[in-house]
Amino acid sequence: MNRQRLRLGERAIESAIFAGGVAAIVIVGLIMFFLFREGLPLFGNTSAAGFFFGKKWQPSSEPPQFGLLPNLWGSFLVTLGAAVIAVPLGVGTAVYIRYIAPRRLAGFLKGFVELMGAVPSVAVGFVGAVALSPLIKDFLHLDTGKSAIVGSVLLAFLAIPTITTIAEDAMSMVPKEYFQGSVALGATYWQTIYRVLIPAARPGIVAAIMLGLGRAIGETMVVIMVTGNAGLLPDHGVWHAFTHSVRTITGTIGAEALEVAQGEPHYQALFMLGVVLLLITVAFNSLAVTALGRTRRTART
Amino acid sequence: MVKPMPDHPSTTIEPGASIDSEVADMTTQRPSPQPGRGKLSARGVDFFYGSFRALTGVSLEAYSNEITALIGPSGCGKSTFLRVFNRMNDEIPGAKITGKVTLDDEDIYHKSVDVATLRKKIGMVFQKANPFPKSIFENVVYGPRVHGEKNRAVLRDTAEKYLRKAALWDEVKDKLNESAFALSGGQQQRLCIARSLAVEPEVLLMDEPTSALDPNATFKIEELMKELKQDLTVVIVTHNMQQASRVSDKTAFFLLGEMIEHGDTEKIFTVPHDQRTEDYISGRFG
Amino acid sequence: MSLVLAHNKRDSRILAQKLAFAAVALIAAAVVIPILGLFGFIAFQGASKVNWDFLTKNPSALDASGGIFPAIIGTAWLIVFTILLAMPLGVIGAVYLTEYGGRSKLVTLVRAAIVNLAGVPSIVHGLFGLGCFVFFVGGSIDRIILRTSKPVWGQPCLLWGACTLAVVILPIVIKSTEEALAAVPKSFREGSQALGATKWETIRRIILPAALPEILTGAVLGIGRATGETAPVMLTCAASFKPTLPQGLGDQAMLLPYHLYFVVTQVPNAKMDTKSAIALVLISFVAASSIVVILLRSKFKKARKW
Repeated sequence: MNRQRLRLGERAIESAIFAGGVAAIVIVGLIMFFLFREGLPLFGNTSAAGFFFGKKWQPSSEPPQFGLLPNLWGSFLVTLGAAVIAVPLGVGTAVYIRYIAPRRLAGFLKGFVELMGAVPSVAVGFVGAVALSPLIKDFLHLDTGKSAIVGSVLLAFLAIPTITTIAEDAMSMVPKEYFQGSVALGATYWQTIYRVLIPAARPGIVAAIMLGLGRAIGETMVVIMVTGNAGLLPDHGVWHAFTHSVRTITGTIGAEALEVAQGEPHYQALFMLGVVLLLITVAFNSLAVTALGRTRRTART
Repeated sequence: MVKPMPDHPSTTIEPGASIDSEVADMTTQRPSPQPGRGKLSARGVDFFYGSFRALTGVSLEAYSNEITALIGPSGCGKSTFLRVFNRMNDEIPGAKITGKVTLDDEDIYHKSVDVATLRKKIGMVFQKANPFPKSIFENVVYGPRVHGEKNRAVLRDTAEKYLRKAALWDEVKDKLNESAFALSGGQQQRLCIARSLAVEPEVLLMDEPTSALDPNATFKIEELMKELKQDLTVVIVTHNMQQASRVSDKTAFFLLGEMIEHGDTEKIFTVPHDQRTEDYISGRFG
Repeated sequence: MSLVLAHNKRDSRILAQKLAFAAVALIAAAVVIPILGLFGFIAFQGASKVNWDFLTKNPSALDASGGIFPAIIGTAWLIVFTILLAMPLGVIGAVYLTEYGGRSKLVTLVRAAIVNLAGVPSIVHGLFGLGCFVFFVGGSIDRIILRTSKPVWGQPCLLWGACTLAVVILPIVIKSTEEALAAVPKSFREGSQALGATKWETIRRIILPAALPEILTGAVLGIGRATGETAPVMLTCAASFKPTLPQGLGDQAMLLPYHLYFVVTQVPNAKMDTKSAIALVLISFVAASSIVVILLRSKFKKARKW
C-alpha cells in the first residue's frame, strides 16, 4: 500500500534528520580528537613537564623548547588589558541602550553595535597595525608599536559587541515589576538602575563578560598583527610587559602553523597549544552558560 | 459510568512511542457497524496531561448523518475529548489516555494504527481558521497532494468540488491562486472546511469553528454543517448553546472533565435530567 | 517633616542621576567613536583606490598594487561551497532540535555542543581543518585512492577551506534556522497533521516553506561571518600570491581577508591606499551583508500575515 511505502520513506528521513541533529556533537568530538591526535605525540619527543611548565618557547634553538608558560602569560596579559577596557565600556553601553537612551537612539545604537560585531578581525588588526599602533607608540614613548597594550585595545573593540548585546539581553529579561516597585518607593531612575535592575541582571552580565572575554582570548588575527608574537615571562613588572611585545597562544599558532611540517615536534606543540586554548574557552563558555541559566530562572520567578 | 470492557484491555499510548511499521490499512477491513453502535465510540476514556486528569470515564457514541454537539464551560475538557478522536493529543508531551476509542468498531489507539491514515478518515476544523501560507487552490488540494495525488486536472476538479461543497466556490473561483490570507475570517474558515473535506473524511470534528466569526459568517457555516451531515458524522465543540440547539441532533454536556449528560438535543435543552445541566443551560454558571 | 526638605534631598539625588546619566552616555560615545574612526580611516585611505581596475585586475607581485580580482573570485568560490555544506546540515540540525528532539537528554547535549562549537576559537578551527580535512582526509585520499606521494588533496585547497568554514558557521545557521522554525505557528502544524499528513510531510510542505525567508536570512548572516574569517582559512585554503583563478575545489586560492593580512604583514613596501582599499572592499561586503540581514528581518516581520 502506498501509505506504507511512505512510512518507510519517513523512517529513512527521520534517521537522516537524527544523524544531522547529532552532527554538532560529532563535530565537537572530532575537533577534540584531532587536536589530541596531532598534538599528543609531542610528549613522545619532549616531556610533558617541559611543555606545561616550560618557560621558553624557542622552536629553533637546539634542542628546541616548547614552553607553554610564555604563551599563557601573553594571552592572559592581553585579555586582562582587554577586560579592563571592555567591561566598563561594554556594560555601560548596554545600560545606556537599555535604560537611558531615547528609543530611536537606542535602536540605532543596537544596530551600530551589531555592525561593530560583524567587522572582520583582520580589518580591526589592519587599522590597529597601521594607525593605532604608531599613535600609542608616540603617545607612550615606546620602543615599538608592537605591544601588548595595542592588542588589548583592539581585543576590547572585538569583545565589546558581545558584552553589550548579551548584557542588554539580560537586562531586558528583568521583570518590569522591579522597576515599578522601586520607583514607587521614591527612588530615582538612576538609583533604581544601579541598586535594583543591574543587580537583578547580574548573572546575565557576568555571562556576557565571560563570552566577550572568551572571544578575546581566542582571537587570532588582531594579536598576530600588533603584538609582535615574541616575548618572555615578565621580569620588569606588569606595565613593562604591557608596553612590550608579547607572545600569545593564538599568535604563536597563527604565525607558526604555516611553517611547520606534519609530525614534527614543533607542529605537535602547536596542536597542544590548541588543546590548551580550547580548554580555556570551554571553561569560559561553561561559566557563561551556567550564569545565563541562572538569569533565566530568576527572570521566570 | 461505563468501565472499559474486560475483553478490551484499556490501551495506553505514550506520544512519541514508536509506531509499529506493520501498518493496518483501515480501508481494507471495515466491519459493518453493529446496530445501536455509533460510528465513533468512546468508552471509559480517562485523559491525563502529566499528572493532571483532564477527562474522567467519558463514554459517548456519535452516529452517522448526525451532528453531535459537545457543550460545557471553558476548561471542562470538551476540546480535549474532541481531540481524542483524531489523536491530536498525541503531539502533547506527557499526555496519556486510557479507555477505548473506536471508529467503526476498530480501536484507533491500537498500536498497529497509522495515525496519518486515521486522520485522513477523521477530519478536523479548528477554532481559529488556520489556512496555510499558500494560495487558496494549494490549501484545498494540500490533503490530496499529501496522500499522493499528482494529476493537475484531478486536483483542479477536487478543488472545485470541495470549494462548492463548502459554499465558497462562487466567491473565490476567480482568485484561486491568490493567498488564502486575502480572504475574510469566515471565508478562511470555510476554506479550512473545504480543505478538510478534500481528503474525503468519514467524520468531521469541529472545535468551536465559529467562535471567531461574526453572526453572518456563523450562519453560513451552520447551514454548511447541516449539509455536511448528509454524508458525514459531525462532532462539534461549541460554547454557544444557541448554536448547539440550532444545529445538533445529539448534545453532550461536560463539566470538570466528566460527561454529565448525553442525549437528544431537544431533550437536553428542554427536560435535562441533571440539575447541573439545567443550571448551565439556563445560564446560571459558565 | 516638610516637603521642602524632602524636595531638597531629592535635588541632590537628581544631580547624582544627571551626573550618572552623563557618564554612561559618555561611555556609549566612547564605544561609538572608535567604530566611526575605524570605518572612517578605512574609507578615507582606501576609497580613492577602489575602482573598476582594482576590482578586476591581478595584483602585482612586487608591492601588491594593481588589483584584487583573484582574491574576490577565490572568496566567492569559498563562500558558495561553505554555504552549500553548512545550510543543509544546519537546517537538518535545527529541524531535529525543534521538531523531533522534544525534551530528551540528547537534545540538551546537542545544545551544549552547539554552544561550545560557537565558542571554539577560529584558530582552533584552523588547526582542526588542517589536522582533520587536509592531512587526515586529504592525505588518506592521496595515499589510499590516488596512491601518490606528491600531495594532491593532502594540501590546503578550496574544498578543505569550505569544510572548515562550514563548521565555523554551523552554529549560526542552526540557531537562526531554529528561531525561524519556532516562529511558524502551531496551528499550521495542527492543520496539516489533522489532514493526515505525517510529521515529515508537514515539515517539508508547510513548515520549511513558511520559515524559508528567515532561514535565508540566516544564510546571509553565515555568509557575512564566513567572508571575514581569516584564521581558519589561513591554514586550510589560502594562497598568499596566486594570480591565476581557481579551476576547481582542489586548488588553493587567494582570499580577501587573508590577502589583507598578507599584504599588511608580509609586503613591507605595500602602499597604504592598497592596504586600505582591500580592507574597504572586505568591510563593505561584510557590512552590506549585515545590513541586508537587518532589512530582511524587518521586512519579513512586516510581511508576515500570521
